[in-house]
Amino acid sequence: MNALIPLPVIVPLLGAALCVVAARARMVQRVISLAALTSNVVVSIILFIRVDDDGMAVTQAGGWKAPLGITLAVDRLAAVMLVVSSLMLLWVLVYAIGQGAEESRFAAFNPVYLVLAAGVSASFITGDLFNLFVAFEMMLVASYVLLTLGGRPGQVRSGMSYVVISLIASTFFITALALIYAATGTVNMAELAERTPELSSGVRTGFSLLLIAVFGVKAGLFPLFFWLPDSYPTAPGAITAVFAGLLTKVGVYAIIRSQTLLFPPDAQQGTLLLVVAGLTMVVGVLGAIAQDDLRRMLSFHIVSHIGYMIFGLALFTLAGIAGAVFYVVHHIVVKTALFLVVGLVEWHAGSDRLSRVGGIVRSAPMIAVLFAFPALSIAGLPPFSGFVGKFALVGAGIESSEWVIVAVSLLVSLLTIYVMVRIWSNVFWGEAEDAQVEARMESEAGRVPWVMSAATSVVVAMSLLLMVFAGPLYSFAERTAADLLKPEQYVETVLRGGS
Amino acid sequence: MTDSTRDEPDVQRADPRMLILDTSIKVLFPSILVLAVYFLFAGHNRPGGGFVGGLMVGAALALRYVSGGAEAVRTTFRLPAHVLLGTGLFIAAATAFVPLLFGESILEHGDIEFDLPVFHHVKVTSALPFDVGVAIVVIGLILMAFAAFGDERSDQPGAEDDGSDNQRAKLWVRR
Repeated sequence: MNALIPLPVIVPLLGAALCVVAARARMVQRVISLAALTSNVVVSIILFIRVDDDGMAVTQAGGWKAPLGITLAVDRLAAVMLVVSSLMLLWVLVYAIGQGAEESRFAAFNPVYLVLAAGVSASFITGDLFNLFVAFEMMLVASYVLLTLGGRPGQVRSGMSYVVISLIASTFFITALALIYAATGTVNMAELAERTPELSSGVRTGFSLLLIAVFGVKAGLFPLFFWLPDSYPTAPGAITAVFAGLLTKVGVYAIIRSQTLLFPPDAQQGTLLLVVAGLTMVVGVLGAIAQDDLRRMLSFHIVSHIGYMIFGLALFTLAGIAGAVFYVVHHIVVKTALFLVVGLVEWHAGSDRLSRVGGIVRSAPMIAVLFAFPALSIAGLPPFSGFVGKFALVGAGIESSEWVIVAVSLLVSLLTIYVMVRIWSNVFWGEAEDAQVEARMESEAGRVPWVMSAATSVVVAMSLLLMVFAGPLYSFAERTAADLLKPEQYVETVLRGGS
Repeated sequence: MTDSTRDEPDVQRADPRMLILDTSIKVLFPSILVLAVYFLFAGHNRPGGGFVGGLMVGAALALRYVSGGAEAVRTTFRLPAHVLLGTGLFIAAATAFVPLLFGESILEHGDIEFDLPVFHHVKVTSALPFDVGVAIVVIGLILMAFAAFGDERSDQPGAEDDGSDNQRAKLWVRR
C-alpha cells in the first residue's frame, strides 16, 4: 500500500500535463480532471482506512533512506485531511463545470486547478520541511493564477496584495528553513524532532515562533489575516469555495504538525497561541458583522473559526487537539458548502449584497434549505457537527481551566449565530430591495443550473454525514490526537521503519 | 523542428533586416542547439541538465526573435507551444510515476552503461527522461512567452481575430 502514498500528488500532475496538451478540447480536459480527482478520492479513502487500521504508512522517494531521501508519510492526521480535501476539490470542480464561467472560458483553469490539488495533497503527505515549502509554493503559484483568472481590475488589485503577502511569507519560510538546517543539519521532520531537544531553549523558541508566523500568514491568524478577507472574495465563485475551505486549513495543518512534532513541550507556544486564538476569533467575527456582502462576510468568518482550531491546539491536551482535528474536518466541509451556496445566491439574484437581495426563501426555497444546514452547523447549534466540535473544544478548555478563552469562544459562538441570522433575515426573508435583483430572481436567468445545485447538495449532504457520524469521527480525532502527542512513534516509523 | 536555413520566414518588418545578424544566426542557431543537447546529456554528472538545456534553446529562440520577430519564433516548431509544455510536464511526471509500476519507490532510478562507436563509454540513467521533460517544459514556456508578449502587431485593431497561432497562444493569457 505504500505505493499508493505518492499517488495523490503524481496523478493530478499527470492530469495537469494532459490538460495542457488538450487545451483546445474543454470536454477532454474535464474528463481528465474529474478522473484525476476521483482517483485522489479513492486513493485517499483507501489510505485512510489502512492507516487507521495498521498505523502510519511511510515511503521514501527514490528509495533513499530517511534523512537523505524525501520522506512521504501518511499518519492519521494527514489521511483524514487527504480524504476531506480530495472530496472538496472534486465536488467544487463539478460545481465550476456546472457554473460554466471561468472554467469554460479559460484553458488554464483545469490544469492549474489540478496543480493546486497536487500542492494541497503534497503538503499533507510530506515528511520533510523543505518539501512542505515546495508543496506550499506549488499550491500558491496555482492560487495566484486562479485568483486573478479573468483579470478584472479589482481581482488584479487584491491579487497583488495576495501575491506580495504570500511571497513575504515564503521568504520567511525559506529563511527559517535555512536557519533550522544550519542549527540541526536536517530538514527531515522526523530527524528534526530528534534534534530540536539538543538546541538551546532560546533557539528552539525562536524557530517555533518563526514557523508559527509563517504558517499563521497562510492560515489567517491574527494579526496576519488582513489579506484574506480582501483577496478571497474577488476570486471566481467556485475558486473562493476551495480557497476558503482548504487553503487556510493547510496552514492550520502545518501549525498543528510543526508544533506537535518538531518541538518539545517547552518550545510549544501554548499561551501565545491561546492569546492569538482568542484575538483571531473576536476580530474575525466582528469583521464579519460589519460587512455588507456575503462573500466578504464569510471570508472574515473563516478567520474567526481558524481561532477555534488554534485554541484546541494551544491547550496541548488530548481533548484539545482532538477537538481541533474534528473542528478542522468539520470546518473544511461546512465552509466549502457555505461558499458554494453563496455562489448559488449570486447566480439566482445577481448580487451578494445583503442590502439588495431578499426573499429567496420564496423564490428559490432549495437554496434556502441548502444554506440553512451548513449555517446552523457553523453557528454551533445542536445536533450539527459544529456543535460537536465546539462542545469538544469548550470541554477541553474547561478541563485545562483556561476560563478566559472558553468565555471568548462562547461569546464568539453567539456572535456567529448573529452573523448567520443576519444573513438569513436579509437574504432569505424579506423583500428584494433592488428592482434589478427582483427581476433576475423572477426571470429564467435566475434559475440555477442543476449541476451547481447538485454539487452543492452533495457537499451539504457530506456536512450532514459529519453530524450523523460525529461519534466515530470524534473517536478517530482522539486517536489522531493521541498520535500527535506521542511524536516518538512518528519518528520511529519514518527513521527506522516501525517500532 | 524545421531547418532554420530553409524555412526562414518572410516577414514584413518596419525596420530593415540586418544582414550580419541574420547570417550569423544561421550558423549560431544550430550550434546552440547542439550545445543545448550536450548540456542535457552532461547534466547527470557535470554542470548542465534539462533546465539549462531548455534555457539554451530559449536563448537560441531569442536570437531568432531578434532577427525575425515573433513570427520567426513561431515557425521554429511545428507543434503548438502548449502541446510541447504539456508533453514535457507529462514526461517528467511519468518518470516519477513509472517506478511505482515496477513496485519500486516513486522517483526510483536505474542506469545502464554501454560503449558506442563515436561516443565511447556512455552511461544513461533513468533520470534522463525527466531532464528531457524539464527541457521541453522550458522550451514550451519560452515559446509561449514569445507568442504572448513578443508581438506588437496584435495590439493594433483588426489583429484580434485572425485565428493565427499567435492568437491561439494568447488564449492562455487573454481570453
